[in-house]
Amino acid sequence: MSTNPAAPVQKFTPAPARSRFARFFRASRGDSPFKRLLIHLTLILACVIAVYPVLRVVSVSLRPGDRLLSTSLAIIPPDATLDNYLTVLLEKDFLLWVWNSLLVTVATALIGVALASTAAYAFSRWRFRGRTAGLIFLLSTQMIPAAMLMVPLFILAVRLNLVGTYRGLVLAYSVTSIPFSIWILKGYYDTIPIDLEEAALIDGANRLEAFWRIVLPLSTPALAIVFLFNFMTAWNDYLLARVFVANATSIWTWPLGLQLLQGQFTTAWGQFAAASIMVMMPVVALFLYSTRYLISGLTIGSVKG
Amino acid sequence: MEKLTLDVILASLSEVGSTVLFILVGVVVLEAVLYLLFGVVFKNKYTLPILLLAPAVVGLTLLIIYPLLWEFNLSLTNMSLRRFGDKAQYTWVACQSADPGTIQNWLTDCLLRNYADVFRLPVLKQVYFFPVFGRTILWTVINVVFHVAGGLGLAILLNRPMRGRGLYRTLLILPWAIPQVIAALAWRGEFHYEYGFLNIFLTRLGLTPISWMSDPTWNFIAMCIVNIWLGIPFMMVILLGGLQSISQEYYEAAEIDGAGAWQQFRSITLPLLQPVMTPAIILGTIWTFNNFNIPFFINQNELETSDILVTALFRAAFQYNRYGFSAAFAFVIFIILLVYAVVYIKTVRIEGIYE
Repeated sequence: MSTNPAAPVQKFTPAPARSRFARFFRASRGDSPFKRLLIHLTLILACVIAVYPVLRVVSVSLRPGDRLLSTSLAIIPPDATLDNYLTVLLEKDFLLWVWNSLLVTVATALIGVALASTAAYAFSRWRFRGRTAGLIFLLSTQMIPAAMLMVPLFILAVRLNLVGTYRGLVLAYSVTSIPFSIWILKGYYDTIPIDLEEAALIDGANRLEAFWRIVLPLSTPALAIVFLFNFMTAWNDYLLARVFVANATSIWTWPLGLQLLQGQFTTAWGQFAAASIMVMMPVVALFLYSTRYLISGLTIGSVKG
Repeated sequence: MEKLTLDVILASLSEVGSTVLFILVGVVVLEAVLYLLFGVVFKNKYTLPILLLAPAVVGLTLLIIYPLLWEFNLSLTNMSLRRFGDKAQYTWVACQSADPGTIQNWLTDCLLRNYADVFRLPVLKQVYFFPVFGRTILWTVINVVFHVAGGLGLAILLNRPMRGRGLYRTLLILPWAIPQVIAALAWRGEFHYEYGFLNIFLTRLGLTPISWMSDPTWNFIAMCIVNIWLGIPFMMVILLGGLQSISQEYYEAAEIDGAGAWQQFRSITLPLLQPVMTPAIILGTIWTFNNFNIPFFINQNELETSDILVTALFRAAFQYNRYGFSAAFAFVIFIILLVYAVVYIKTVRIEGIYE
């Protein structure tokens, strides 16, 4: 519901250039050294709480097999080794899991973006009957708990022989992010002046060409955000994979595999940690790089009703 | 043990490729039919938007609307693993074969039997609906309160020029960037009685270690700790964005009028943050209410006392295989969310009048 058009975000003045005063409580030059120290200490403490559990995963992944279970709190164990990484890469099915996830995720993200980008254009440029109802419907699908859809999807998939296949996963994932994607893209299209398309129409292009040649290229940032969002949703999903392919180990995605490794706590904790780090690295890097765009994308969608 | 070999890669590529091709062909056929129908036969002026919308509409109908309608139908039947095939019956049909003397209320014993069962029978083995519902509300309130308080606190601290601001921000966002499944599984390891870092800390401080996994109360607290850790960065980023859009002039004016820090916070920051905060809280509430991964994974011993509504729904469906019952259970949860959303929209409209 965050994207409710009723939220009057746009009524506020845009941020001014940063004044030399702090924006809060008092001017920072007026902050006593003691207060500044206190602020830094609080932030450092918060950072430690945020980062420490992640460092622990790094630490466990570097432990040699016979020292997995230790009560040491050192981040880099004295006898650090990359054995766990090698085991996961060479002896476990880790690469297969990642491959499966990657394949299904890329396919579904492409389908999702294709379907959402065209539908969003219709919502943005035409006032047809049922438009508002459609937008509200899209918004309300965001409230449906995932577990609720699993019951019918599972039984229907069993009847259509889609359980334990890539096909079932691709079909099911491809629509899950469409409602949200349509909202974001519609918001973005709304900010593109219609004059550009009208000029193209005068020059003899038809509406579809105007969309393809002008609107889509101008929307590259929004399309990237939506692709990323679709990708992340499918990449990080556990529930649907569990329901659809739990019994077909050759189609397992990485969340299922990691759950297996973590389940054998005493024997494979280090392997789980190593696998986690390898899955996490690219996702975290991508995420930290794109947060700024991600958030501006989210707010565009919410501001432009 | 399956290996990633060239054969596996080719086989998987061909299956996914053929699926994508199948969808593509379906879209082309659909577009052609619609074009002939609306563009050529009816000459409808909305032909292009219809063509643009059609694939998404068909996809959503087949994979969201139809399953939901079918699920409603399912909620009126007695389907379970035992009656998976064609043996499932509508509850009111099954009712007719029973002894008529035992039927006291046709509505709750026959037609809406599953819906009545949600409230009068245990939803899992032992727990009933209302305790789970109460726990879900408690879970949602605790998490959202901590998310907002923590996020707002950190946003305020970060909203000033200072050294290391970018670094702090990046480090603080980290929990949000980590895939939830990994975070949940890693934390689950850290709640281990002997080797998890929380208990190691407690032991070193001379306190008794906590049995996070087997004690119901502590397991619930463990769930909350993980989810609060995960959720604060989102609120922090959103609220920081909101704070930065508040003009400094308000504070300067307030300062001239002699307003103190607390007064400035109450009468400038909070009201001006409202438009950003309200949607974020609504979204956070729905996310937390529907959160599956954290309660499911942290509750390693499958304590029924740690289940919230959505995990209970999952277990009822996929561990106890009571499909008809779970469908009814799902609709009860959905109605709760719907009521919440309607109340929210009403409130926002009322606020809108005062703008």
